[in-house]
Amino acid sequence: MAVGVRTSTTPSYTKEKRRGAALALPAVIWLGLFFVLPLLIVMVISFLTRGRTGVQFAPPITIDNYADIFSFPYIDVYWSSIGIAVVTTILCLIIGYPLAFFIATRKSRVMQNLSLFLVILPFWTNFLVRTYAIKVILGADGPINTTLLNLGLIAEPLTLVNTQFAVLLGLTYSYLPFMVLPIYASVERFEFRLVEAAYDLGANDIRAFLRVVLPLTLPGVVAGSILVLIPTIGAFITPDILGGTQGLMIGNLISAQFRGTGNWPRGSAASMVMLLLVMVALLAYVFVNARSAANSRPAKS
Amino acid sequence: MAQGTLSRTTPDAINYNQGKIQRDLIVRRIGKIGMAINPVFAYFFLWAPILLLVIFSFNNSRTVATWRGFTFQWYQNVFSNVLGTESRFSTDLMLQSFTNSLLVGLCVTLIATVIGTMVALSLARGNYPGKRVLDGMLFLPVVIPEITQGISLLIFFNVILNFINGTFGTSAQLGFGSIIIGHVAFNISYVAIVVRARLSDMNPRLEEAARDLGANEWRTFWRVTFPLILPGVIAGALLAFTLSLDDFVITFFVSGVGTTTLPVFVYGLLKLSVTPEINAISTLILLLSTVLIGIVMALVGRNAVKL
Repeated sequence: MAVGVRTSTTPSYTKEKRRGAALALPAVIWLGLFFVLPLLIVMVISFLTRGRTGVQFAPPITIDNYADIFSFPYIDVYWSSIGIAVVTTILCLIIGYPLAFFIATRKSRVMQNLSLFLVILPFWTNFLVRTYAIKVILGADGPINTTLLNLGLIAEPLTLVNTQFAVLLGLTYSYLPFMVLPIYASVERFEFRLVEAAYDLGANDIRAFLRVVLPLTLPGVVAGSILVLIPTIGAFITPDILGGTQGLMIGNLISAQFRGTGNWPRGSAASMVMLLLVMVALLAYVFVNARSAANSRPAKS
Repeated sequence: MAQGTLSRTTPDAINYNQGKIQRDLIVRRIGKIGMAINPVFAYFFLWAPILLLVIFSFNNSRTVATWRGFTFQWYQNVFSNVLGTESRFSTDLMLQSFTNSLLVGLCVTLIATVIGTMVALSLARGNYPGKRVLDGMLFLPVVIPEITQGISLLIFFNVILNFINGTFGTSAQLGFGSIIIGHVAFNISYVAIVVRARLSDMNPRLEEAARDLGANEWRTFWRVTFPLILPGVIAGALLAFTLSLDDFVITFFVSGVGTTTLPVFVYGLLKLSVTPEINAISTLILLLSTVLIGIVMALVGRNAVKL
């Protein structure tokens, strides 16, 4: 009897393996049709020409759009966007790395959860509203300008909105949690007795940090940096609301080509170049990750 | 600990080490001060803008600089067609866009949760060629910039609608359909990631036990697997609802006339100016997302950190 049950269930086990593919089918179709196919269309259109009035794109095939992107004034926007993204990542690292240590070293579980929760909560609230909050703070009659005026440090309100500084501040504010969470995950696993061992072997604070703490929390640093770098390269809302013409980024450039009298093929090319930048960052991350995983394995044993 | 180390040094080296000790102590003091200031500064930085926005939405003055007493005036204005000097604002439009957001959110949640849960099950329990590729592909909508997804969908719908309208003589245009399709496309990934985390925490022996006791696959799924992953499925659904409700960039490109959602409506306002009425609307939106996040957090607990 028991044998009978077993033989009757064995085929269904193998059948399930095959059915696994059927369960994935709706997702494959939806993503194929509404995610991959549109990206492929963008790629094709990036090689077409803008048509006469009303026609957004038409043959002949050309690489002029890419030539446009790699020349003045567009290329400058790329460089400044990369600059903004890198500086934002560094600022997030400077604020986020010690903060992750602070959270991970709280003694009680409750305090640790609370300090972590206070970092996560703002990150889940509406992005537009958070960006607007920064705009309020930086405004001509906002708290910063009013305080400086009242203290007599300035005579006229400073222009803080519609500057590159505002974009940097807004991006750092929005993406800081992306930096803190992966570093926190590394620090939580970090064995603090290793620092004591380093001290006992004669290392001072700087040496202990550079030789022990930093290498072991590096995976979190790399993951956090990628998580900040990628969305900031493609940022649109922050430079749009806080940047004005001073803090223009790739996102604004692309968006402008698809609004009003824009040039769709040029916008598509701009989008493809940005996607390439993102992919390079992602591949670099995968590469570094694979290498550090390979390096850390013998150390553990 | 450093002192302990240094006290073990030989007497001959003391003079030489004196300078090093001094330097090490200065470094330690700077480090300690930095570590003490950092959390204060970081939490202030993260919370001050939001809290100021909320507090000054109740301020009895049009400026956000000085507190002049408590008032509900700005909330009253928002619900009686007044928004500073902005004449195009109307409460009806705002509420209509909010209803649109809810409607889109509910449809997106339903579709994305079903498809996302299915693909999560398939990846966790299935075994077929191309599984690893699909696994990697599923992360792409999460990492690819929203603006790229937005414009690619805009072009895609433009091509498709031109074709359909040209062939059938209809006049279909961008609207709820295109918004829902776009939102589902990125939410499938988020739902799948959350449900998969839950599935990998689950003991697969439980399913085998159900089989051995004679349950077929269908029965095993509904009686064993589904109840166990339900918290994950609900969390995924709420996440999809929140992300759909908050999405601006993709909606901005694929929404048509008359199908404005709340974020697109609010964007139009806050791009224009800073007024206490917009502070009030922003506070209401913050309240909405906080409530939704509270529910998600309660369901997934500390696993929310992994998202």
